[in-house]
Amino acid sequence: MRVTFTVNGRPQEADDVWEGESLLYVLRERLGLPGSKNACEQGECGSCTVRLDGVPVCSCLVAAGQAEGREIVTVEGLAEHARERARAAAPRTSDTTGASDPSGSGPGASGTAGTPLDAARAWRAHGADPHTGDGTELAPVQQAFIDAGAVQCGFCTPGLLVAADEMLERNPNPSDADIREALSGNLCRCTGYEKIMDAVRLAAARQGEAV
Amino acid sequence: MDFLRPASWEEALAAKAEHPTAVPIAGGTDVMVEINFDHRRPGHLLDLTRIGDLYDWERGERSVRLGASVPYTRIMSELRADLPGLALAAHTVASPQIRNRGGVGGNLGTASPAGDAHPALLAAGAEVEVASAARGTRMIPIDAFYTGVKRNALEPDELIRAVHVRRADGPQQFSKVGTRNAMVIAVCAFGLALHPETRTVRTGIGSAAPTPVRAAAAEEFLAAALEEGGHWESGKTVPPSVARQFAQLCSGACNPIDDVRGTASYRRHAVGVMARRTLMWTWESYRGARRTTEGAA
Repeated sequence: MRVTFTVNGRPQEADDVWEGESLLYVLRERLGLPGSKNACEQGECGSCTVRLDGVPVCSCLVAAGQAEGREIVTVEGLAEHARERARAAAPRTSDTTGASDPSGSGPGASGTAGTPLDAARAWRAHGADPHTGDGTELAPVQQAFIDAGAVQCGFCTPGLLVAADEMLERNPNPSDADIREALSGNLCRCTGYEKIMDAVRLAAARQGEAV
Repeated sequence: MDFLRPASWEEALAAKAEHPTAVPIAGGTDVMVEINFDHRRPGHLLDLTRIGDLYDWERGERSVRLGASVPYTRIMSELRADLPGLALAAHTVASPQIRNRGGVGGNLGTASPAGDAHPALLAAGAEVEVASAARGTRMIPIDAFYTGVKRNALEPDELIRAVHVRRADGPQQFSKVGTRNAMVIAVCAFGLALHPETRTVRTGIGSAAPTPVRAAAAEEFLAAALEEGGHWESGKTVPPSVARQFAQLCSGACNPIDDVRGTASYRRHAVGVMARRTLMWTWESYRGARRTTEGAA
């Protein structure tokens, strides 16, 4: 069957999709978007987390046909998603705060704007890896993962980024308990949870500074 | 395999009548696992996610009519006051990603003895609204719904439309044993609801018998003991001997097996512990709600 849906803001069409196929398989194998990882295929690990009409879900448990007409955001679209969000929020925040500088809302500025934490500056990774950014600005949460050293083997990272970004969208000021709960469906087997917590706290702090 | 995409409830019932072996899929959190692992190859998948009615709930005078597909996330955030036991149980389901997709209809359809919603539904009191194209709607009392391991009272041409859960008239609790807080299939679980209006208590036991069950003897014993002691009026603490006897009767209602998650004797023991604890928690909040001047025990 054919499945037509929107992925990262672009209309997509997948043909010859088997009826029992998962959204994850379609993303990875038919649309060439391997960012969402395939690990457990039973919703246990969260590596395949994507946004489905805005809601974080395990794409391995969504039947491809259920995505028909829906909007998907994968880790590949996370930076653009974050930029759009910042753009949409910018006029509102300047309305309420009056004095805030709107220049930070320009294209490409959101990833680097608001990094005043001294510790965070010390953590900043050096050099651009052509495989991570492809020359585009990262989402704040992605940059925070790099800066906090929250990436080890990297397999769980895409799912964690999507889940963490969604939580920060809903809850800009999360407690540690909020972060743990939001990420409780994402397994990291390198035992890197403390750095991951650091990264999400850092992203939240930068987000708070930017507003 | 065919992928059926009904746009309305009537279309879904017609499709199910035409293809009685079609497997309904909504959140997919059970069905897709079976397909991904090649444990199931249904001839037809019946996608219910286009039917908006299944995602609505409405508050009636005595019960909440909860659409089969209302995700656990919304049960937690929107129904905590009306259905506190179910909201607590919903919070223990898997992870945020799963709770965003899964709902009570799937739990009932799969009818696993370990399904998290079952003890809460049994304790609160509920009826399952099912329908077929040929015979229309019928209501199945929750006590008659579970018929065996992963079996329920549905006919092949029927679909679950909603579950009508009695609104809480007193404190409710839910407790679950597992190795961590998230992503846990219950080793065993226990739900308890106090019903001050009728001066009864109801229980639900998960994962400790071939089906979710109530501990009927324990309920009768506790209701009688609370009545005799005048506890509903006075709000005084439940004597330890009563709590102990209640716990033992709840353990006795179990018919568990040994499996990878736990042994039968551990399950029996743990159900007793959870019964005693949930009794203390609910009774303390009942006392608190009556504004007694005594401190918590």
